[in-house]
Amino acid sequence: MAILGLAIKSFRNRKFTTGLTVLSIALSVILLLGIEKIRQGAEASFTSTISGTDLIVGARSSPVQLLLYSVFHIGNPTNNISRHSYEEINDHPQVEWAIPLSLGDSHKGYRVVGTTAKFYQHYRFARGQQLQLEQGQWFSSGYEAAIGAEVAAALGYNPGDQIIIAHGSGDESFITHKDKPFRIAGILKRTGTPVDRAVYVGLKSIDAIHQDFGGDAHGHDPLMAHHDHVGESGQGSLSAILLGLKSRGAALSMQRSINEDGHEPLTAIMPGVVLLEVWQMMGVVKQILMVVSGFVVVVGLFSMLIILMTSLNERRREMAILRSVGARPVHVFVLIMGESVFLTLLAIGLGFSMVYGLMVLLQPWLESAFGLYVPINWPNTTELILLMIIALCGFVVGLIPSIRIYRYSLADGMTIKV
Amino acid sequence: MPEETSVIEIADLRFAWKKEAQTVLKIASLQVNRGERVFLRGPSGSGKSTLLNLLAGVATPQSGMLKVLGQELNALGSAQRDHFRAHHIGFIFQMFNLIPYLSVVENVILPCQFSSKRKHKALAQVDSLEQEAIRLLDHLDMAHSDVLHKPVNELSVGQQQRIAAARALIGAPELVIADEPTSSLDADRCTAFIDLLFRECDNANATLIFVSHDNSLVAPFERTIEFHELNSAVSDNLPMLHAVS
Ligand SMILES: Nc1ncnc2c1ncn2[C@@H]1O[C@H](COP(=O)(O)OP(=O)(O)O)[C@@H](O)[C@H]1O
Ligand SMILES: [Mg+2]
Repeated sequence: MAILGLAIKSFRNRKFTTGLTVLSIALSVILLLGIEKIRQGAEASFTSTISGTDLIVGARSSPVQLLLYSVFHIGNPTNNISRHSYEEINDHPQVEWAIPLSLGDSHKGYRVVGTTAKFYQHYRFARGQQLQLEQGQWFSSGYEAAIGAEVAAALGYNPGDQIIIAHGSGDESFITHKDKPFRIAGILKRTGTPVDRAVYVGLKSIDAIHQDFGGDAHGHDPLMAHHDHVGESGQGSLSAILLGLKSRGAALSMQRSINEDGHEPLTAIMPGVVLLEVWQMMGVVKQILMVVSGFVVVVGLFSMLIILMTSLNERRREMAILRSVGARPVHVFVLIMGESVFLTLLAIGLGFSMVYGLMVLLQPWLESAFGLYVPINWPNTTELILLMIIALCGFVVGLIPSIRIYRYSLADGMTIKV
Repeated sequence: MPEETSVIEIADLRFAWKKEAQTVLKIASLQVNRGERVFLRGPSGSGKSTLLNLLAGVATPQSGMLKVLGQELNALGSAQRDHFRAHHIGFIFQMFNLIPYLSVVENVILPCQFSSKRKHKALAQVDSLEQEAIRLLDHLDMAHSDVLHKPVNELSVGQQQRIAAARALIGAPELVIADEPTSSLDADRCTAFIDLLFRECDNANATLIFVSHDNSLVAPFERTIEFHELNSAVSDNLPMLHAVS
């Protein structure tokens, strides 16, 4: 249709201003879609952090805190679980397996997790995926470690390398166990979960270094509280226990009995429930981000409205000329409307492809820096709805000047108003 | 037979822009015959452009008869009137006639985008609309490559008016209407432009209505209509106009 050709030519004629409008709408599309993509990636990797574990047990604390330190390695336990309680739970008839976890050390900022072969055997993530080794094998006895994929990638480790474990968490720890280096036995395949960012060592060896360390005359150790060194090696206290039950249905009663009956004040949580709780807490942040990017969309559309409205007066002349050669008022309407539709769609297309371009560019970084795996897949319904809402708003905004110029062209006829 | 020869026929026409607004046009009768070149003269604000809007079917009279090329415009719907204008009438305005984002040639072939009739007529002797546009521009001495490829708003006013004339003439419309086309040209350019217009209207066998308030241009026209004699609403309104200015 001749009028659409005209709309495109007129658009080209005002490349710069219309280009800026397109850009501002495109940016808002990027924000909106980007936030949605990141939210999805975050939700996916978050809820797939741990699976197959029916209960997580720790010293009495808030469920969220327990989840954060036991699964995400964020923060520290305020208290430990005694060996005695562990044995009791492990021997419980409902318990299929119990994975002991001891968290008090680190290596170059990465958490060191003292555990047993049961971790490798029973830990599940995503939809029941098992841990796999990329190279080497899971630690056996002695001073051996299995490291997460990100640790290996970031620090350039290979099986056979020796690493030194520091007491306490964080990048710089003053107290290191230099005399007892650990040999890397294996590197785990990437999971996209905090497992990638941890170093796994045998519970016995970690107990051993602390015992040696405790015998050393190094002065006081502020973090010693995390390792209550009574008994023989492998008998130190624990930070958390992951439990698999014989029947899932028993989880609730088991949780209640751990919370209420033990000799020690303990907390048991169902990871799925608490994961959801934490996710919902973060949902507020997502909503705030959505509102902010919603405003950005509004600003983008406003700039389009302003550009269309300010050009309207000068375009009344153009409309009179078009009327004189036989254009109908409807044509004039379509010309302006076509332009706003074109601008909106162009902006959406641009924003859309830029989001995907950015995802391709930033995906590795997001994964390594935040453990956030943003899958590059086709837009889902939410995203399509968002895009359609933007498109619709663009069309509605376009209607304002279009209706106006339609009225003008009826009223003006061919009279050229200077 | 008179249907054949009369291009414009008006009887007892009355028009106001809005229902309650004062009457701008009150014309008892007007007849313009095929091939005539009419000079329509009147002061500004007297309703000349308004009459052209009516002839073009952009506005419709409140009462009276208005026939263009034998067609009673009141009998047509607005879409049909728009088509009628596209098919049969070529327009030239006072200034800024051209669409700024179209090339010279695109501006000239614009009417053919809205009228298949004119498109067919334009293609009668040549293969493409571009060729026809260049043929007409050549007649108006405007087919130099430096003119053709310039953005239209970088051309002189005289050049723009000649391009507008080529646009009005493409596809040989029966009626060419020029609304003060020379008022932004200097004197010798004026006469040259009118000469060109006459020649091309002859070639296209078109009737020409030329509107102006400039008395010095009257000479070459075979018929002059004094607008204040034609439009009795003017004398009614004139005291008003004076009062305003
Ligand atoms: N599109 C329009 N809408 C409303 N009033 C108009 C319009 N065009 C012209 N008029 C009014 O009609 C009157 C005649 O104007 P016009 O036909 O332009 O005169 P002329 O062309 O002789 O200078 C003026 O009062 C003018 O304000
Ligand atoms: Mg006028």
